[in-house]
Amino acid sequence: MFNYILRRIGVAIPTLLVLATISFYLMYTAPGGPFTSERPLPPEVMANLEAKYGLDKPLYQQLGIYLWNVVTDFDFGPSFRFKDRTVNDLIETGFPVTLTYGFWAFIFAVVIGVSLGAIAAIKHNTAADYAAVSTAIVGQVLPNFVLAPILVLVFVLWLGWLPGGGWQGGQWQYIILPVIALGTSFLASIARITRSSMLEVLNSNYIRTAKAKGMPFRYIIWRHALKPTMLPVVSYLGPAFVGMITGSFIIDSYFATGGIGVHFINGALNRDYSVIMGFTILLGGLTILFNLVVDILYAWIDPKIRY
Amino acid sequence: MLTHTNKKVSELAENMASETVSGRSLWQDAFHRFTRNKMAMAGLVVLGLIFLFALTGPFIAAWSYDDIDWAVMGNAAELGQPSFETGHYFGTDDLGRDLFARTVQGSQISLMVGIIGAFIAMVIGTLYGAIAGYYGGRLDNAMMRLVDILMSFPYMLFLIILLVIFGRSIFLIFVGIGIVSWLDMARIVRGQTLSIKHKEFVEAAIASGVRPMIIVLRHIVPNLLGIVVVYATLLVPQMILTESFISFLGLGVQEPQTSWGALISEGAGTMRYGTLWQLAFPLFFFIATLLSFFFVGDGLRDALDPKDR
Repeated sequence: MFNYILRRIGVAIPTLLVLATISFYLMYTAPGGPFTSERPLPPEVMANLEAKYGLDKPLYQQLGIYLWNVVTDFDFGPSFRFKDRTVNDLIETGFPVTLTYGFWAFIFAVVIGVSLGAIAAIKHNTAADYAAVSTAIVGQVLPNFVLAPILVLVFVLWLGWLPGGGWQGGQWQYIILPVIALGTSFLASIARITRSSMLEVLNSNYIRTAKAKGMPFRYIIWRHALKPTMLPVVSYLGPAFVGMITGSFIIDSYFATGGIGVHFINGALNRDYSVIMGFTILLGGLTILFNLVVDILYAWIDPKIRY
Repeated sequence: MLTHTNKKVSELAENMASETVSGRSLWQDAFHRFTRNKMAMAGLVVLGLIFLFALTGPFIAAWSYDDIDWAVMGNAAELGQPSFETGHYFGTDDLGRDLFARTVQGSQISLMVGIIGAFIAMVIGTLYGAIAGYYGGRLDNAMMRLVDILMSFPYMLFLIILLVIFGRSIFLIFVGIGIVSWLDMARIVRGQTLSIKHKEFVEAAIASGVRPMIIVLRHIVPNLLGIVVVYATLLVPQMILTESFISFLGLGVQEPQTSWGALISEGAGTMRYGTLWQLAFPLFFFIATLLSFFFVGDGLRDALDPKDR
């Protein structure tokens, strides 16, 4: 197990380095630097600015210095577009917000998705099953950027129950809509995966044995069926996490929650290189870390996996 | 249950008695299974209508997609409502542009992105997976490890970086979506290749001295087509989703061109002024298309994928 974890980390770190290097070089092949504007700066000023931000050094040195700062001080450097803010400021203000609604969306999707899927499988071919299956289908064609406007239309404009955006320090009214908008499509996928997995498990021999020896149905589900059912669900959690990170771009732009998503998108629209770099590394790192955790979890649940 | 089986058996007996039995190919079998699936057939019909809409729309529209109706501009909430008199069948957008023509245009772009993106992914994924699976060994290991690594990439970040650096263009969206979405296809195809590469017909080909690359192209790939078609169909809605996602963020197609995602984004931005049709029409086409593709894909999977039967 320990070796397996080590080996996975051994793959994860180069992956992250490759991600950082590729995006770094791509950034600098782009036409126009961070200081190009409609009125070109005098060459001396330009040279000074470039010296200040270290842009006059060779590229590989810049990359080296940048990565060194990130690793040792967790310092992503200043924002090129807004001179008074550093990338770290943006991360500090945005990250707790994204983490909060992301966490609840994750819980929402997993808890309701698994329950829905399990109920559908247990009550196979009944009204409850069909209801769950149709929910899963509808959830799949309602991605976050479609669901968000619909939710706002119904709960904000028509019913007036909830605020249509903002964060206000994370009061519950402001969290509900982002969580539902972000979590629903993953809830649908998790429900679908759980259902088919549970159906397969319930048809297996050892469940039949448990039934035959007269074990109460509740025990069969909780003790014997649930754990193997969760295997495909766990392996879906990695992609789900990636989807939620990209979904946060939509949530933050649409609900004005002020999370990291909106900073990344603004950075992209403004060609703010250091911000894009910083967030790419941060989000890429998180993704890789999360995939690592999921893989370890999977290896831990599934006794068939040999490391 | 019993009567049902009995009926089936007697039907079978009748059929066998009445006609000379002609063999049915795998594809004919699949076709029969598919046409019996009502949801899939309904999806196919809806898709046909939407394609018809996208293709004939420009001839029906009274306005061009980038013309501004100056009479409506500035007061779209009242004057821009859907009506046949003004020629704005779906109303206008906030700038007074005809929403019918724009929805047609958006449908063309979204469908094109979906289909071409899925096609690119299909070609790359199939070749990659078939080669990795057929050659096996170290090459397979290296190729699939690369897929694993790429899979754990947050590819949307990468796509956005590409769009930022090289400028927004439809072409780049095709490429960007196509190059990151072949991974699943490659995995599926590799798995299938592993299971057919020891079949007799492949051994026969090896024995008669066919070169490995020709075996992959001539003997392996055609036998994978069923599963490839299924997943390509399921890829199309994914492509449309991705493109719409990017367009919703304002990083996709450029004005005055549009796509479903961009239209939904505009409609969502203006709905609080009571111009609901601006959201409703694009949303309807978007959801109808995705649903249909999912149903058709599911139907094809039931018809073609022997594993799920």
